[in-house]
Amino acid sequence: MASTMAKALNTALADALAADDRVVVFGEDVGALGGVFRITDGLQARFGDTRCFDTPLAEAGIVGFAVGLAMSGLRPVVEMQFDAFAYPAFEQIASHVAKLRNRTRGKLSVPIVIRVPYAGGIGGVEHHCDSSEAYYAHTPGLKVVTPATVEDAYSLLREAIDDPDPVVFMEPKKLYFGSAEAALPTRTEPFGRAVVRRPGRDATLVAYGPAVPVALEAAEAAREEGWDLEVVDVRTIVPFDDETIAASVRRTGRCVVIQEAQGFAGVGAEIAARVQERCFHALHAPVLRVAGLDIPYPAPMLEHTHLPGVDRVLDAVARLQWDDQPDPRWAAQGSAA
Amino acid sequence: MTTTPQAVRRASPRTRRAATPPDPARPLLPNTEPVRLLDPTGTPLPARTDYPEPPVEVLRELYRRMVLGRRFDTQATALTKQGRLAVYPSSRGQEACQVGAVLAVRDTDWVFPTYRESMALVARGIDPVEVLTLLRGDWHCGYDPTEVHTAPQCTPLATQCVHAAGLAHGEAYQGRDTVALAFIGDGATSEGDFHEGVNFAAVFKAPVVFFVQNNRYAISVPLSRQTAAPSLAYKGVGYGVPSEQVDGNDPVAVLAVLTRAVAHARAGNGPFLVEAHTYRMEPHTNADDATRYRDGAEVDAWRDRDPVARLETYLRARGVLDDAAVAEVAEQAEAYAADLRTRMNEQPTVDPMSLFDHVYAEPTPQLIEQREQVRAELAAARDEEGDA
Repeated sequence: MASTMAKALNTALADALAADDRVVVFGEDVGALGGVFRITDGLQARFGDTRCFDTPLAEAGIVGFAVGLAMSGLRPVVEMQFDAFAYPAFEQIASHVAKLRNRTRGKLSVPIVIRVPYAGGIGGVEHHCDSSEAYYAHTPGLKVVTPATVEDAYSLLREAIDDPDPVVFMEPKKLYFGSAEAALPTRTEPFGRAVVRRPGRDATLVAYGPAVPVALEAAEAAREEGWDLEVVDVRTIVPFDDETIAASVRRTGRCVVIQEAQGFAGVGAEIAARVQERCFHALHAPVLRVAGLDIPYPAPMLEHTHLPGVDRVLDAVARLQWDDQPDPRWAAQGSAA
Repeated sequence: MTTTPQAVRRASPRTRRAATPPDPARPLLPNTEPVRLLDPTGTPLPARTDYPEPPVEVLRELYRRMVLGRRFDTQATALTKQGRLAVYPSSRGQEACQVGAVLAVRDTDWVFPTYRESMALVARGIDPVEVLTLLRGDWHCGYDPTEVHTAPQCTPLATQCVHAAGLAHGEAYQGRDTVALAFIGDGATSEGDFHEGVNFAAVFKAPVVFFVQNNRYAISVPLSRQTAAPSLAYKGVGYGVPSEQVDGNDPVAVLAVLTRAVAHARAGNGPFLVEAHTYRMEPHTNADDATRYRDGAEVDAWRDRDPVARLETYLRARGVLDDAAVAEVAEQAEAYAADLRTRMNEQPTVDPMSLFDHVYAEPTPQLIEQREQVRAELAAARDEEGDA
């Protein structure tokens, strides 16, 4: 049956609310309105305003309130309205959500799900399109999950709500409303497992969230150039699946990591380093990264310049030393030294 | 309809009493002067109907725990000098607040302390060695929060205020009559999370008592740099929260005001905010130099309002405390301190391998790798020691 990621997330929340009385859903505009992206549509009407409710407009308060609710035994699922609006909550997330289990030797856990609609490609104005996953992935104690398919959206969100640890659940906004065949409810691979979305022999494209469809499109386009590319969807940034990704790169011998976020010190850099550490002797070329530019997220009229698209991916694939020549980009610097 | 001249006269603006609607903020406002039941010398002031004096046996227990608390605090400061504690933020001078507040709540209520509430935690009955675990240099809070209904001592300022609101709401949602008591200092009322915590508690009518110990300084910065409000207790009215201010060095008044605040919250009326005016007699921590920002005369003036002496004088005058009872409490306090000294002098065992145990419910593959790496590093270090 055809569905969308938005519908799958909504169904996952409804099913979790129905399955477990301890689950409560709250945030800004999630009640009568059903969320600005309608992810919580109909939940308040169905489950009542003690299970799905609006809060004061204060993100640190929302996450801190969730910490207290979790301490009382509940399972809070909170919505941050947009990526950049979650920043006021960062102290609560980094200092409490991520650390309470550790600070209490496991006596207190905070099984909170923090849903963050993130990344761009929707023509949003400033502060509405940040890719903030690296901030969370860099914080020990958090799990960081980002679905790229409709079925994963459902399954990963259900698993996040059941998980004993706090989960930052990053929802790629531009994938919310794309239609795809999906049988819901469903359970896909668990946390900690990357998935090969498209098998290929010549090179591995590693991507997550909004970059996965870009990678798949690029792999299709690459067939015309004679390259057979494998696409791996990371799915859960934390916990990270080194095994599946390294196995793929050992098979193909080449790797491009794709992320929509600005590249410097990003998740893609971590993945590239991990692949290089594990696959050095299998590599025929340096691991390359394709990312957004190191600029504040641009205005809607310029976002296409920023976003890594198929062309940027194919350019990187072309530089994977197919003829065993040094990458011309770095060769000049190399000879000068 | 005809109007008689008399009726016109009655309704004329000149003769009619102005019908001003009642001020809805009025019942939320604190008394203009801090509530006080004993004067600084310990002499009782006229009894008040709004804050009845707690029963005498409770006041005797308050005295006992304040004496123990002060002895604990002195011992902890001494332990920093012997290198047994990495750091200790003293609450000497704040005994009435530290002990009075925890005596006002039940064991089943939840307390949200800051790093300065070590005395409050031992007054709550938590093992002092557990309370000092973090300050001793270990990585965890020492006690089991679920067993003693006390959150880990909170270092990030004011963040615990929102936790208290959430916990209180969650408990009420699950049909329990738990009250959350959130401690906070004067400086932290400037933090956003204080305001968000009070506001969330008010909006959700969560049973929280926010207890501000205004000890005049945030490390070195005086209250005048934190607020232009007439009193920190006035911060409640903007959120629709009833508030009170109390003489924080009057143990009887602190207990009376907190008792009423807790009853208000437990009865389902929502949160209550209390500001206690008190003074930190010691520096911020043993590492601080208070002479750089306040003078000795100021400290001496507060010494004259000592809360322990004040309560002792009062209880003696009432004839419910005599030399023998004072001596017995002092003896208990010495024994308590001696036990703490002995146990703190034992070298604690710390296991580096435990660092990986509670990052997640189950360690990630990456943490398992790092654990093995540390295990190998430790084994190599032991081998080297063995060779040497």
